Order: sequence, then structure tokens, then C-alpha cells
Amino acid sequence: MNRYSRRTLVLEMVMIFVALIFAFPVYVLVNLAVRDPSDTSSPVSPTTSPTLDNFTQAWQEGGLGGALINSVVVTAVSVVIILAVSSLAAYPLARSTARWSRGTFLLIMLGLILPFQLAALPLYQTVRDLGLLGSIWSLVLFYAGLQVPFTTFLYVGFLRALPRDFEEAATLDGCGPLSAFRYVVLPMLKPITVTALVLNTVSVWNDFFTPLLYLSGSTQQTMPVAVAGFVGQFVSDWNLIFAALLISIVPVLAVYLALQRSIINGFAGGLKG
Amino acid sequence: MLLFAFVVLVPSARGVYYAFTDWDGLDPDFAVIGLDNFTAMADDPDALQAVWHTLVIAVAITVIQNGIGLLLALGVNTMIKSRNVLRALLFAPAVITPIVTAYLWRNLLGPDGAVNSLLGAVGLGAWRQNWLGDPELALWMIVLVVVWQFAGYSMVIFLAGLQSVPKEIYEAAAIDGSGPVRRFWSIIRPLLAPAITINLMLSIIGGIKLFDQVYALTGGGPGHATDTISTLIYKDAFTLGEFGYSIALAVVLTAIVAVASAGQYAVLNRNEKAAS
Repeated sequence: MNRYSRRTLVLEMVMIFVALIFAFPVYVLVNLAVRDPSDTSSPVSPTTSPTLDNFTQAWQEGGLGGALINSVVVTAVSVVIILAVSSLAAYPLARSTARWSRGTFLLIMLGLILPFQLAALPLYQTVRDLGLLGSIWSLVLFYAGLQVPFTTFLYVGFLRALPRDFEEAATLDGCGPLSAFRYVVLPMLKPITVTALVLNTVSVWNDFFTPLLYLSGSTQQTMPVAVAGFVGQFVSDWNLIFAALLISIVPVLAVYLALQRSIINGFAGGLKG
Repeated sequence: MLLFAFVVLVPSARGVYYAFTDWDGLDPDFAVIGLDNFTAMADDPDALQAVWHTLVIAVAITVIQNGIGLLLALGVNTMIKSRNVLRALLFAPAVITPIVTAYLWRNLLGPDGAVNSLLGAVGLGAWRQNWLGDPELALWMIVLVVVWQFAGYSMVIFLAGLQSVPKEIYEAAAIDGSGPVRRFWSIIRPLLAPAITINLMLSIIGGIKLFDQVYALTGGGPGHATDTISTLIYKDAFTLGEFGYSIALAVVLTAIVAVASAGQYAVLNRNEKAAS
């Protein structure tokens, strides 16, 4: 177990080979995105004279700038609301033993099972009646409602494993429930908050179905919808499309690479809870 | 709570009601038609096929993704030097927008795509084909893309489970002289039970609800060869205006998810208890 033996070396080779297979699509993505459209050699062979023209053209013609801003706004606002609502909701749910607390918890868990397709269509009508169709605020509303159950679930699991001693001490010192939450519980929730932040950011940023429904026909777009529209428009110009795809994943990948270690640990830890 | 009720509970309940109507999504006048949508579904080959595809995809993804994820986790949980780099790299696809990876693969799998040209380069030119254009293969290509994207996700969860196994247990087993397979089956597997539960749950529900990848890879085609319940819901509601029918499909989807979750919960819960 603890020595670097020959068997370990073989395993290392095998794993690196597997990783290369996994990385292959990304290699092709980058390779074609920097290639001049007139170069028709095999997509596997390295591009001989790389160019950045595809990126500038994709950026200008795809309306990617606006979509990027929309995606950032939608994701940031949604995630803040989700975290605030979920952590506050989870606190009484995890601590109170009253019957309503258990019932409410089960009701929220129902939200984990109901597929969003069921709610998305009737909600579409409500959103339309409210005149919010085509506005990014309809998305914020949708995500806030959709993601709260899962996030609350994470928080409740985490809170149940935390000792109550500190809050009880705080209450004895004259803290009300809200200030006990603010000054005592919230700081202890930090690890799970990071996990929830990352999980929610990824799923809100990546969602495609909802903005496709709620924003279709308007000038507002999020990144995934803009990319889909772009693919439709430049059907066979794959060098341009690949440049657009690459632009659209750079923000996510940048966040991922920066926080990579804590994201992987957080994912694992959060889901273990 | 109010927000959740407004966005999920109320619309879901209304959804169930619309499933029994002939509403087209616009007309304020619509009639309650009872079970007609559901009986129509039973006679609709496209719908039945979509249900079948959904089930095949969900099961295939669950089995393959978790199998690979587990092997990867066992691989990077060893002493190999590149383990941290490999973990990061293998997990990376999971954070990329699914619709983007689907478009990427649509090109890779195309007639002139990288997969075919790679096959040609390594002397397997005979295997070249239009992967997404063949109704027999297209469904499996969707599975391939999803597995490629999320195997790393399964890996990370398994890895967390593996790392919670105390070192002493491995050592004790090694001293007892048990081989790697036996060690895995009787020691690691039971301790991994929570990770297995979560992984199976996530991938089966994810597989049942799958939309983005199908939409971007094949659009449900060729013909209806890869339509799933989700893509059919979208088409019926927004290109055919059959809102009531579409919602009825969503109800069926919900039922499948609920049955799958409940069944899984029951079985895995028992296993987990037996294991601990």
C-alpha cells in the first residue's frame, strides 16, 4: 500500500491513458476553435497556424457579451437568494421538534422528486400573465424556488450534525433566535455554504431548458441559450461554433480551476452529509 | 417557503389538473376531458417509444457512469503520483454546461468528426460511421456523452466514500491475506454504501429527466429514434401547442421518477442497514 511499486507504475500509466481519452474532446475543441475555416485537414491533427479571428467574430455576431452579463446577473442574484432562504429555513427545521417542522420538511423534500418539467409549463403561463416572460427576473424567481429544496436539505443535514451547545449558551446570554442564528450558527455553517454556493452556481449557470422556455423570442438571453442560437445560425461553420463554445465555458472553467480543490472536496463532503 | 410554494408546489398541482384537460396553452376556454390524454398516450407510438428510450437511457447511464466512476475512484485513491491532477482533470467535464458539451460531441461524432478521423488514423477506418445518424446507435451516443461528462462526478462521490474508510481496515485485510477482489467486495463495498446510494439516486433521476443533451445532440432524431419524455414534452407544448397532452406526459415522467426514487430508497436503505 505504501510503496511505489511496479504495479503502481502500471496503474499510473493506465490512469494517465484514461485521462487522455477523457481530455480528447477538449483538445479537439481548442484545436478547431483556433483554426482558420479554410483549413480542412483532419480535426485531430494540430493546427499549424493558429488564429484568434474566430473568437472575435463569434463574440461580435453571437451577442455573447449581453448573454454573459445576463448569466452573471441571474446566477449571482439567484444564488444569494437561495442561500439566504435555505439557511434560514433549515435552522428551525433542523432544531424544532414540533410536528409542523417535520411536515414542512417532508413537503420540501417533495420538491426534490417533482421533475421541473411538471412545474415549468403551468408556471410559464403564470409568468406570462405577470408580464415577466422574456425577462431574466422570471428566471431568478424560478431558480430560487427550484433550488431551495435541495439546498435546504443540505443545510438541514449539516445542522443536525452540529452540537447545540453554542446556541444554547448564546440564548442564555440573552440572544434571541435571530441573533443566535446570525452570530453563532451562520459562522459554523461556512463549509456547507461554500458547497451549496458552488453546486447552485453550477446548476443555475448551466441550465438550458428554463431560459429556452422563458426567454424565447425576446432579446434577453443567457449563455447556454445564446450558444444554442449561435449553433443554429452558423450550422456548419464549426470553427466559429467552437470558438463560441469555448468563450461560453471559460467563465465556468476559470472558477473551477481557481477553486478546484475546495470544489471537489465540497461536492464530496456536501453530498455525503 | 412561499417562494417554493409559488414556484414548485402550486404549478405542479395545476400541472396535474391540466393533464386532464385539452388545453392548448393559450385558449382560456378548455374542457376537462378526464383520462383521454392518458389513453391517447397509450395509442401513441411516439410516446411509448419515448418512455422506453427514457428508461433505457436512465438505466444505461446509471450502470455505466457509476461503474466507470467507481473504477476511476479506485484508481485515483492509490499512491500514483499524478492522482491530484487526474482527479481535477476527470472531474472538469462535470462543471461544463451540458448543452455546450453536447454540441461539442455532435461535431466529434459527425461524419467528418474527430472520432471518425481518429479511427482512420489508428487503422480502424472500417469502423467509421455517422454515429448520430444511425437510429440504432444514436441512443447509445447520448449515453456516451452523458457518461463522459458525469463519470468524474460519480468518481468524486465514490472517492469521498473511499477516503472515509479507515486505513487500518485495509491493512488488517491485507495482513489476513485477502486478495484485492475479496477485499473490495467484503470490506470496501459495504463501507461505500452511502456513496453508492447517492450516486445511484443522482444518476437515475438525472437520466430520467435528461433534456439538454438529447436536444443538442440529435433533437430526438433521426426520426423519433432518440426522443425521450422530456424532449416530447417540449415539442408537444411549444411546437404543437398540445399543452394538456404535454403535461400529461410530465405527469407520467413524475410517476416514473417517484417510483424509481421510492424503489431505490427502499432497496438501498435496507442494504445500508444490513451493511452497517
